[in-house]
Amino acid sequence: MNRRDILLGTGGLLAAPFIAPSVRAQGRTEIQFWYGLGGALGERVAEQVTRFNESQSRFRVNANFRGSYVEVMTGAIAAWRAGTPPHIAQVFEVGTATMMAAGPAIRPTHELLGEVGITLDPKRYLAGVRGYYSDTQGRLVSMPHNSSSAVMWINLEAFEKAGLSTTDLPKTWAEIRAAAQRIKATNAAEIPISTAWPTWVMFEQMSSMHDVGLASKANGFEGLDAEMNLAAPIFTKHTNMLLEMQREGTFVYGGRDADGFASFPAGKAAMSFNSSAGRAQVQREAKFRWASVMLPYHDDVLQSPRNGVIGGASLWTLTARNRTAEEYRGVAEFYRFISEVEQDKWWHHVTGYVPLTLAAYEASRAEGFYAQNPGADAAIIQLSRAEPTPNSQGFRLGGFVEIRNIIQEELERGFQGQQNTETLLANANRRANVVLRNFERANRR
Amino acid sequence: MQRKAIFNNKLLPYLLLAPQLAITFVFFFWPAGEAIWYSFIRQDAFGISKQFVWFENFTDLFADPLYHQVIINTVIFSVAVTVLAMGLALGLAVLADRHIRGKDGYRTLLIWPYAVAPAVAAILYIFLFHPDIGLIGRALKAAGVAWNYTLNGNQAMLVVVLAAAWKQVSYNFLFFLAGLQSIPRSVLEAAAIDGASPLHRFRTVIFPLLSPTTFFLLVINITYAFFDTFGIIDALTKGGPGNATQTLIYRAYIDGRVNLDIGSSSAQSVVLMIAVMALTLVQFRFIERKVHY
Amino acid sequence: MAEARNSIAAPMGMAGSNPRADMLTHIILVLGVLLFALPIWIVLMGSTHDAATIGRGEVPLLPGAEAAANYGAVWNQGNKQRAGVPVSTMMFNSAIMALLITFGKIAISIISAYAVAFFSFPGRMLFFWAIFITLMLPVEVRIFPTFQVVSDLGLVNTYAGLIVPLIASATATLLFRQFFLTIPDELVEAAKMDGAGPIRFFKDVVLPLSATNIAALFVILFVYGWNQYLWPLLVTTSTDVETIMIGIVKMLGSQGDTEWHLVMATTVLALLPPVAIVILMQRWFVKGLVETEK
Repeated sequence: MNRRDILLGTGGLLAAPFIAPSVRAQGRTEIQFWYGLGGALGERVAEQVTRFNESQSRFRVNANFRGSYVEVMTGAIAAWRAGTPPHIAQVFEVGTATMMAAGPAIRPTHELLGEVGITLDPKRYLAGVRGYYSDTQGRLVSMPHNSSSAVMWINLEAFEKAGLSTTDLPKTWAEIRAAAQRIKATNAAEIPISTAWPTWVMFEQMSSMHDVGLASKANGFEGLDAEMNLAAPIFTKHTNMLLEMQREGTFVYGGRDADGFASFPAGKAAMSFNSSAGRAQVQREAKFRWASVMLPYHDDVLQSPRNGVIGGASLWTLTARNRTAEEYRGVAEFYRFISEVEQDKWWHHVTGYVPLTLAAYEASRAEGFYAQNPGADAAIIQLSRAEPTPNSQGFRLGGFVEIRNIIQEELERGFQGQQNTETLLANANRRANVVLRNFERANRR
Repeated sequence: MQRKAIFNNKLLPYLLLAPQLAITFVFFFWPAGEAIWYSFIRQDAFGISKQFVWFENFTDLFADPLYHQVIINTVIFSVAVTVLAMGLALGLAVLADRHIRGKDGYRTLLIWPYAVAPAVAAILYIFLFHPDIGLIGRALKAAGVAWNYTLNGNQAMLVVVLAAAWKQVSYNFLFFLAGLQSIPRSVLEAAAIDGASPLHRFRTVIFPLLSPTTFFLLVINITYAFFDTFGIIDALTKGGPGNATQTLIYRAYIDGRVNLDIGSSSAQSVVLMIAVMALTLVQFRFIERKVHY
Repeated sequence: MAEARNSIAAPMGMAGSNPRADMLTHIILVLGVLLFALPIWIVLMGSTHDAATIGRGEVPLLPGAEAAANYGAVWNQGNKQRAGVPVSTMMFNSAIMALLITFGKIAISIISAYAVAFFSFPGRMLFFWAIFITLMLPVEVRIFPTFQVVSDLGLVNTYAGLIVPLIASATATLLFRQFFLTIPDELVEAAKMDGAGPIRFFKDVVLPLSATNIAALFVILFVYGWNQYLWPLLVTTSTDVETIMIGIVKMLGSQGDTEWHLVMATTVLALLPPVAIVILMQRWFVKGLVETEK
């Protein structure tokens, strides 16, 4: 083979597509589904899709791992701009406002289901889950898929060592702080308290649970002209407490996103806050007895806390010029399938995410799932213990990823001792408002 | 820089350049041109509503005091990474080039870090440096150092500089070694016979002969520090604490990919390109003149 | 920088005539290797432990007992369940992509650098700068327009779309240009006097002289191609061409559910081809040395 042959060979290879475009392979309508969960959870997504494909012979969903949540979202947007988007994209909860503002690019779930004559009563879904992905009329815009909430993780052996009760666990921030001081005084653990996702846990959850909006206009649900509300007393009170606890050594900042949680399964932190979906990790790695319970609240602010807020992702239906009614039908059928009680229950049990529907929760409880897995229902109860108010149904803020980061940055400056609570919150408020205004201008039509 | 003895064909050079230029134009200039166009436009993530805003994306950028901080961070970061990565690599390459036993082994082992995939390297940095679970982080704390790069801006900068340089040392090492190998042995022997001290020999004979390689690496390292380090920063500090480790490229990356603010991100890319083009122009004009060919 | 100083103080490029200097050299190199190979060592050791050890942050420095189990799981069924794509297939895909990118980059760069260094023609520096500028603005920050272009050309999901946008190389062009400028004028004059045209001069003189640089570039570019992640992820939607890098990222969980032992075992496997390339290329380094010697 001489050089020219090799070149020609390569040319042929280069021009060939990987697969023939098979919109109707084996008579089935193909649905592209891009997801962003890696690891064991990603395998469960693939399994979920396989279950759907095996349940019927009319549609085939192709589940495609497309990197992290950020990569799925940018990839899907790039593909939509180029005219070749997937049918379904899994988008993380902070991307909700961006997707919702993308009018012609998306097909709201309630419209989609209506067109093909499938009725899924929104009331079937957990209140905290439903609220986040609904419009102001309570109609689902995206399809709930994988949701979690933040919970508190407690190292029971550290509690024992400090002489604290392991049955009557602290429920309020005042109790938590007292326990942390005790742990520090008795040297029962290296780190009394750490946290993952500082903004999500300390601001978003606290805002929702204490029924105080993070922003005006019902956290952005009622319009793009929402303004940040970080000057509210609850945020001042809570931030003050965190800064004080950091100074006295009862709270140790461990970095952004999930970095701060690493110290818990390692046995170094006595208490930590993280997504309820962190359960599998703790189960596998922790060499001590532990418990997962609901997040604490400030009992001097209110006596019965509202619902917490979700994290995770939902499924968005994307439009394209040449999309057929049959393809939309397939998407709708898939949504119906994953909302079935049996499927939903399976998903909840194997992933550790909360169930989408109340029925799956009831069925799990009847089967004794939570008796076998104590604490696995903490997030569900926290999400559904109260009917959401406009302040607790979720966040619809443009540029929310950036706002989360701004709050983290300003919080870090506070922990560094560079600014006090008031300046910290004022700076975060001002910078986040700039983000909101930019988003408003860019999405005005 | 142009050599004296050259060929005179009229068409051949264009043919030789054609494949590279074609690809560059289609896959770089065309999209980059669009990126420049985007810097004058305000649009939503999906590009559904677009509005021409002249220089507003740029003026917004420079009105932001945090952006000034980011410029200073970038200068500190780039200089530190370049000096560290090139200095260490040159030293190690000179040593590995000595005719000692086992030099092939050293050479092989020193190149490995370059082969580690960024996604995995990111995890390693946490396992090494994190104050609570990292190997080095905990060792430092045990030794009494108040180590916490999640809240200490200088330590955070140190960590990202080390991680970025660590990756690039292997790269520089390889090219310095190739450069050293290309120096004819006879030149070195002649210098040795002259009886000059090793240091003197390095300064007067070897380093000048290495200068084309050094110049190449200087350009590459500066562009590396400016453009290719957002992954490392994202894995380690995400630009924090505060904005202590935010660099120009990291911010452009975050604003474009994560915050989906395409107008601002494009404006930042344009600023970045102009800055680095000016910098390289200066390098080619003034430093290359001193390069010994 | 102390290390660099010491090295300069040692005798240069001479056979080990001074045992003490040799010893010093060994010590510094061993320290350097330790410093640079520590993370690799951690990965290697981590791949021989169970999942929980690494997850807890107990970074192991000694081998564990799970090596056979972990590598077996990864190579045989572990990844089949996971992705439907076995590690061997992913490595094959990565190798094809990396080799095509490497050859493509070296081939088009060496000829364009040759044009810039050995010819005088209108627009020479303009073209050089046009190529050079591609060092700036990585694909990550111009993702929307770049994807749009590839999509407009109908190249999404093709090998061409995967590889061609990546093979323009300012780095390689600049390196070859730097090297070509060091080729003495006398050589060109002599070749011209012999009646050699530019193509023969390229084949008989320039190419052999460039061996060391090609070897160095080959290593760097192969690793570059092998480690590509974002671009393949964007332009391919078929799992048939999934590369090992995508495979590794896919194994990384988002909620702490990552099975680190398997990720690290896969990482070690993914490291082997680039390392093999490095070792093979050592010969070229020596060859380059010998050839400049004559």
